[in-house]
Amino acid sequence: MIPELGQVALILALLLAMVQTVAPLWGSFTGSRVLMGLAKPAVTGQLVFAIVAFGALTYAFVTHDFSVAFVAGHSNSELPVFYRVGAVWGGHEGSLLLWILVLAIWSVLVAAFSGHMPERFVARVLGVLGVVAVGFLSFTLFTSNPFDRLIPAPADGQDLNPILQDPALMIHPPLLYIGYVGFSVAFAFAIAALLEGRLDAAWARWTRPWTTAAWVFLTLGISLGSWWAYYELGWGGWWFWDPVENASFLPWLIGTALIHSLAVTEKRGLFRSWTLLLAITAFSLSLLGTFLVRSGILVSVHAFATDPSRGLYILVFMGIVTGAALALYAWRAPMLTSDAGFRPMSRESFVLANNILLVIATALILLGTLYPLFMDALNLGKVSVGPPYFDLAFMIPMFPLMLLMGMGMHVMWRQMSVSVLARKLRVPAVIAVIAGVTLPLVFYGSAGMLTIVGSIAAFWVMLTALIDLLPGRGPARLTSSHIGMCLAHFGLGMLILGVTFVSSYDAEADRAAVPGQPIEVAGYEFTMFGTRGVEGPNFSAIEAEVEVRLDGELVTMLYPQKRVYRVQRDPVTQTAIAAGWRRDLLVSMGEPLGEGAWSVRIQYKPLVRFIWLGTLVMAIGGLFALSDRRYRLARRRSTEPLADGRAPAPGGGS
Amino acid sequence: MWRFVLVPAAFIVLLGFFLVGLFRDPTLVPSPLINQPAPAFELPQLLEPERTLGLADLATGEPVLLNVWATWCVGCRQEHGLLVDLARRGEIPIYGLNWKDDNEAAIHWLQRLGDPYVSTAVDADGRVAIDWGVYGAPETFLLDGQGIIRYKHIGPLTEDIWQREFRPRIAALQQGRS
Repeated sequence: MIPELGQVALILALLLAMVQTVAPLWGSFTGSRVLMGLAKPAVTGQLVFAIVAFGALTYAFVTHDFSVAFVAGHSNSELPVFYRVGAVWGGHEGSLLLWILVLAIWSVLVAAFSGHMPERFVARVLGVLGVVAVGFLSFTLFTSNPFDRLIPAPADGQDLNPILQDPALMIHPPLLYIGYVGFSVAFAFAIAALLEGRLDAAWARWTRPWTTAAWVFLTLGISLGSWWAYYELGWGGWWFWDPVENASFLPWLIGTALIHSLAVTEKRGLFRSWTLLLAITAFSLSLLGTFLVRSGILVSVHAFATDPSRGLYILVFMGIVTGAALALYAWRAPMLTSDAGFRPMSRESFVLANNILLVIATALILLGTLYPLFMDALNLGKVSVGPPYFDLAFMIPMFPLMLLMGMGMHVMWRQMSVSVLARKLRVPAVIAVIAGVTLPLVFYGSAGMLTIVGSIAAFWVMLTALIDLLPGRGPARLTSSHIGMCLAHFGLGMLILGVTFVSSYDAEADRAAVPGQPIEVAGYEFTMFGTRGVEGPNFSAIEAEVEVRLDGELVTMLYPQKRVYRVQRDPVTQTAIAAGWRRDLLVSMGEPLGEGAWSVRIQYKPLVRFIWLGTLVMAIGGLFALSDRRYRLARRRSTEPLADGRAPAPGGGS
Repeated sequence: MWRFVLVPAAFIVLLGFFLVGLFRDPTLVPSPLINQPAPAFELPQLLEPERTLGLADLATGEPVLLNVWATWCVGCRQEHGLLVDLARRGEIPIYGLNWKDDNEAAIHWLQRLGDPYVSTAVDADGRVAIDWGVYGAPETFLLDGQGIIRYKHIGPLTEDIWQREFRPRIAALQQGRS
């Protein structure tokens, strides 16, 4: 009964989403306040039914209802309850339901915090969000129903994919989806502005916190995914340039550009049509990601079930949503351009450079991701594009970005003299060069050119980000959005530090571990003593005991496992990790070699923690920016003149 | 104002590529085994474990199918009805390769859902499947009467795939022989 209840709730949510689309958009053109007023109750009702549907599927998982095909495919009677809840989004159908729930939550939040915006604008924003909701609800209902029954019901389920049985599974997809879907809000704001034919400083101020919030979640989601891959897959890598990873990274890059360009639009009224295009692109790339993941059009480790009918549906949906948005953009954006110029030595130019470099990086990664598809479609053969391309293509725009970022943070709006800037940045530049050269040479012996450049860039970004936070150095009144900016940039510096050192100095060895005989990697001695059997709730494992010593001193004991999950039979390697500020040590088990010996892989990863710590600091920076009191004040004033004193010109350019 | 049209135009080109890509299978790497003699094997039979099934039994002079299946695989369950139908219609002799499975569960499955197989070989440790280049269950191989692999399908069979991919090939094989 409960799954049918979920099914009905999903249908009702679809009907309400249709109301949410048609009524307010229609009303916004005819000026009917009644029709526009329908948007909020419709969106609230949609959230209620989305919760019911999600709850029903969770209930089916918790109670082991294997007559539901999706449950039978992704759970098992031995699966612990914690993972049964996470298994709701452990497959294609259920993760779409999560997407729908997240979209409904965002939409309701927009409806709830829009009191200060004009009624017609809010109606249009909610109407656009309704279009997205209709698309995903009908996609779920017509091609990927999570409530489909399997008659006769199997006695037991096939279990959740063992690599998904990890606490990170519980939070990685929700965070990622909150970020992905969050860009739909910026998208809706952009479309509403295009429909209005008007874009002012207030618009930018309304859009900024929503964009930043989505960006924070996406940052955390991607970072958690990287961390999860690192310790769960046990390959010791933290980023693989897999198409699906790229699918989440592309909207992140454009979202980052959007955050910066919105700042210019708010403060100076410039970059308007560009900002709109970025907002449309960020969400379109989220849709593209969904398409790439769900259609099986590219080969990926994340592949969901391949099904052309699903792929075709998303393709058509993406064609309609993005196509209509871009058509509207081509028609209306020329009216919104501003011909006010800016000087080369101004914050505006630096943000422009930031945007251009981020867009170049996005384009290069998109090209690499889709290249196999292009080649195949043109019958030029099957190719795959690997990390060597992506590493290089990404690095090229990143180095100038780092250099300019350190300066851009300290350049004023409008204009600034080069000598003032030079005086401010002289000290951090010198320290960055000294620290950047010393650290690799002193602590790690030798260093290549790339290592030194990366290390200098990391210190440069971190130091320049810190200046304004030092007492007496920064602006007289530090706003929380300024603190947020400094923190986010500092976090990026930490990330670069981690990436540079782990890619320059990591070491690994694949060896036969004979009990009692030490293996040396990067100065550490690893000794395996033996193995024993271990029983988990739904798996059996062989666990090795490995002692790690540095210069004769005991560092830690590691216990890697080789697990066999009872239902899905394939062996899974559970890597043991000794985490530390300065390095991680990883040991994973391969195959038994007889007489107690095992093949093992030992890895040494210097400063790898800085990668995830850095992204965490970036996200915290985003939270600071969100908490700025400017956004709360803005709620009281509905519109106001552009920051540079010109009155907003209805219907177009100034 | 051409610059505002540039982005939509690029997007339309991109959509075109996706549309083409959608109807191609990126995992479809042509099997090197096609038109090659099938790898030899000799495995115990599922229903009569004292007897074996080997490649020689498949080279009967008639085209045959070898279907890789397991009870833990939902795709196998999905295609099972079609296999039973094919066997009942007498279209082609079907042999089974029960892959990394539990014998009791497999016998129970055949009793409950019907047994389309002339005979099923038990590949408990999956070694034969590796020789045959099996990615995952279900997979179906078409062999001619001389034990040469002529076609391979990955994933569950459907009536549509059967009509489109298998029928013409089987007809051609039979024609070529007579």
